[in-house]
Amino acid sequence: MTARVGIVTFPGSLDDGDAARAVRRAGGHPVPLWHGERGLAGVDAVILPGGFSYGDYLRCGAIARFAPIMADLIPAARAGLPVLGICNGFQILCEAHLLPGALTRNSGRRFISRVVRVRIANAGTAWTAGYERGQEVALVLKSGEGAYVAAPATLDALESEGRIVATYTGGNPNGSARAIAGICNEAGNVVGLMPHPEHAIDPLTGPGADGLAFFAGGVRAPVAR
Amino acid sequence: MTEGGQVTRIIVDVMPKPEIHDPQGQAVARACQRLGFGEVTGVRQGKRFEVELAGPADDSALARVRELAAELLANPVTEQFTVRED
Repeated sequence: MTARVGIVTFPGSLDDGDAARAVRRAGGHPVPLWHGERGLAGVDAVILPGGFSYGDYLRCGAIARFAPIMADLIPAARAGLPVLGICNGFQILCEAHLLPGALTRNSGRRFISRVVRVRIANAGTAWTAGYERGQEVALVLKSGEGAYVAAPATLDALESEGRIVATYTGGNPNGSARAIAGICNEAGNVVGLMPHPEHAIDPLTGPGADGLAFFAGGVRAPVAR
Repeated sequence: MTEGGQVTRIIVDVMPKPEIHDPQGQAVARACQRLGFGEVTGVRQGKRFEVELAGPADDSALARVRELAAELLANPVTEQFTVRED
């Protein structure tokens, strides 16, 4: 059976189309979900895509956290539903307290839009099982507020529990603490990632196809659960 | 407001925590230098919210706004806030 992967569109989401394409390319069936509706349509996994939900008002992701669909997504994620938040989706997961820490303005102040190299530090999450630990992949970083911060004790816990999913290599583009590009929750089903794997699934439109395995991870989700 | 209804205005100031890098404040500080305000040695940028609520400005109103600030107006990971009556 083809896995059904829900992709939530908020007002201001940009990358829902590319995320759906990536799911399709990975062999899954993308299911559009609307921020203002309740229920998750029985999907096997959910992606919160990149963009500028609610115009980044207040703080990035702060308003999206209170969207009606989040009232269903938050308990489902706590119960083990695989959820991948990319860029603004990562910011939303932090604001919703599904992941610790926060994303703040890039240390260089400028919006960054370029290919970055990322090392997969945890290949045991719902979304990174298609990689090998230590594998380096080329993804697209496209954010103004991508600098990950958290209390030192939280950073230590993330590190010792293996919850740092990906780190920037060859330089830290945005000043993220410990060069963190992505993290996961304790169970490993919720992953937040600042760079965009959905823009790296096809050499024709991106740096390559290194990002595709993230979506294959979501597509495998029903088997894993 | 209905006639005779009392409106209280509470001010919430939200600032980045001291240990949090504030590139916006730094950029403003640099602009101060360029503008000839050489005596400016640092700027930190925050936000001010004016919250209007029904009822008197008592301890319970302040406590409610404090709750609101901790939950929504500020992100406790990166920001700190103060709450006061206008």
